[in-house]
Amino acid sequence: MNITLKVWRQKNKDTKGGFKTYQADHVSSDMSFLEMLDVLNTSLIKKGEEPIHFDHDCREGICGMCSLYINGHPHGPLQTTTCQLHMRTFKDGETITVEPWRAKAFPIIKDLVVDRSAFDRIQQAGGYVSVNTGGVPDANEIPIPKKIADEAFDAAACIGCGACVAACKNASAMLFVSAKVSQLALLPQGQAEKKERAEKMVAQMDSEGFGSCTNTRACEAECPKGISVTNIARMNREYFSAMMTSYEVVVGGGE
Amino acid sequence: MKWIIDLFSSSLGRKLIMALTGLFLISFLIIHCTINAMIFFNDGGETFSYWGHFMGTNPVIRTLEIGLVAGFLIHIIQGLSLWRANHAARPVKYSVTKAPNSTWYSRSMGLLGTLLLLFLIMHTSHFWIPNRTNQFTHGEELPLYKMMFDVFSNPWIVFFYVIGCVSLFWHLLHGFASAFQSLGLNHLKYNGVISFVGTAFSIIVPFVFALMPIAVYFKWIN
Ligand code: SF4
Ligand code: FES
Repeated sequence: MNITLKVWRQKNKDTKGGFKTYQADHVSSDMSFLEMLDVLNTSLIKKGEEPIHFDHDCREGICGMCSLYINGHPHGPLQTTTCQLHMRTFKDGETITVEPWRAKAFPIIKDLVVDRSAFDRIQQAGGYVSVNTGGVPDANEIPIPKKIADEAFDAAACIGCGACVAACKNASAMLFVSAKVSQLALLPQGQAEKKERAEKMVAQMDSEGFGSCTNTRACEAECPKGISVTNIARMNREYFSAMMTSYEVVVGGGE
Repeated sequence: MKWIIDLFSSSLGRKLIMALTGLFLISFLIIHCTINAMIFFNDGGETFSYWGHFMGTNPVIRTLEIGLVAGFLIHIIQGLSLWRANHAARPVKYSVTKAPNSTWYSRSMGLLGTLLLLFLIMHTSHFWIPNRTNQFTHGEELPLYKMMFDVFSNPWIVFFYVIGCVSLFWHLLHGFASAFQSLGLNHLKYNGVISFVGTAFSIIVPFVFALMPIAVYFKWIN
């Protein structure tokens, strides 16, 4: 296959970027999109040019690093990660436009690499359960209905890739945050810190500069892990009830 | 009390305000639309004027009207400010934007809302504002039924009213169900009902509204 690539090149977050066109010839249709870029990069290095910087790690669809916005879709035309996208999805002679995730909260580091540490800070704000150390509890000690366990598991499938932010016209992170709130809010282990979690994670999300949800459901349509917007409704419920019923902690002790 | 401010200034809280005021305005549309439909009795405006008089003079309704104006203002101002904030969340836009992954009207609530706002300004300056002004200055209501025939004799005004109703249709088609989602009311057992009622509502109400100027213009009623 012969492919024309229009790739976003940007030196660092302070410089202005622009598109550069590359020609990729003799591309195997069995290559993944990232392998195609690897080959292109090798030829760039041989020519003494700066290779195209892009994020990747596991290359098996579980780490969520491969953040490329391809032809108007996060991770390209299929609902999968870029590393799991193969060149056979494209037509011979096609022009493919590759852009970085675009969001104020995801500043560009270089070329197609963006800084997604905003997600880490949201997670650190409350996306955990505090467990005391001690003996390992018996696996079946806490009964959890199968359906609830499945739903929590589905929410936990989120890999933090940020495609939801990239897809959303408002660059909203609500699908991600709602998945993280939901996976714990559904389970008994998550109950103790439930209110605090919803409040803190939402507050952190807002302070990072993400937009807010207008329920277009573009995130759900693009999420490689099939996270549903039902989670966003759950987060809304969790947050409103938390805000209205949690204890306000007063320094020096409340009543 | 800081928590109340935190709640309503958070992204979720602001969506909550949009949803609550939106549903409140929807409830107003039901009443407005029902009373308007009275003209189709074709009784020379008797039923219509009876209810118009009730809405214009009943003290309870007049008090609620203040809430309605507030509801409109909050929905509009909050909507515009959310639109700005959402716009700012993506300072550099994508170059490829075709290949949509959502419906156009769900992405265009700001545009549809702006069209509705323009319509609202035109519509209130035709009826509501002159009528209330007259009530305050002369203590008398204006003959709304008669005024309607004057206003809708102009084909351009009829056209803009129909445009307003079409915008309302698209705005409601997304807004109705969206309000429930923002409130956190999403449940497999009720989602079907919400989307059915929402779709039916967004078709019926704007249709009845649009029928009024058209029927008057083409003299289907007299
Ligand atoms: S919700 Fe989906 S799209 Fe968003 S970060 Fe998680 S896996 Fe990625
Ligand atoms: S590289 Fe890990 S998900 Fe694509």
